[in-house]
Amino acid sequence: MLLAERTLDALGDPTRRLIFKRLKDGNKSVEEIARGLSVSRPAVSQHLKVLKTAGLAVVRVEGTRRIYAVDTRGLTALRGWLDGFWDKTLMAFKDAAEKEAARERERR
Amino acid sequence: MTGSSVSTTDLNSVRKVLSVNAPQSIAWRVFTENLGSWWPLHVYKIGKSPAVDAFVEPRVGGRWYERGEDGSDCQWGSVLTWEPPSRLVLSWDIDANWQYDPDLKTEIEIRFISESSDVTRVELEHRKLDRYGARREEMRRIFDTEGDWGRLLAMFAARAEGTAAN
Repeated sequence: MLLAERTLDALGDPTRRLIFKRLKDGNKSVEEIARGLSVSRPAVSQHLKVLKTAGLAVVRVEGTRRIYAVDTRGLTALRGWLDGFWDKTLMAFKDAAEKEAARERERR
Repeated sequence: MTGSSVSTTDLNSVRKVLSVNAPQSIAWRVFTENLGSWWPLHVYKIGKSPAVDAFVEPRVGGRWYERGEDGSDCQWGSVLTWEPPSRLVLSWDIDANWQYDPDLKTEIEIRFISESSDVTRVELEHRKLDRYGARREEMRRIFDTEGDWGRLLAMFAARAEGTAAN
């Protein structure tokens, strides 16, 4: 629950939503992310840190650069929090039963 | 279950219907024999240790339970009706604090209805939610979904608006 709530909090800020959208296009450095935004680079770094804590961004170090990309864990947590108990459970069941039926058809 | 299930909202139950592209026999088998292979154990489990499998004992009076990675079992409830491959009634004895309480006895009825040789309609009803007493609405929202969606959107709107106003 905690991660989902952090994710919601993180996306409640319009600048962070904008930054998160930019991450969707692929790996980006802070410089690339900050380009054209009306906020300072340190502010962008701060926003990225929040996105990281919320499970929405991952970072890796390439030489002297930090490269950011989308982390799907936050979105998965949010999804799980949104779906009701039985919706989530029955969808998982449907998926498993259909896979088993497909395997059975192949065997025939 | 067909037709008017929406207009008569029963506050003591949650109903779900879904169509599964699998024959009735397979739907039944996957639900009962392979429970641990699909149940979202990373989210819905009650034991202290991470759950690695889940089982339904195939008889009236049998248990259904999760197994933790430390080998411990945590019971969820009992089998009340066992009618393969079409009808299963389980008790769900997990209280509002997600602890096992053998006296709780909310009921889950699952019907597997053959629509064709390859399609099964699955109807689920989780009922007797009044046994949660004062926490019935809270639990109903968790089992159902609309409440959570509404709450989420309201929360999100409030936060987004609050941020925009700053």
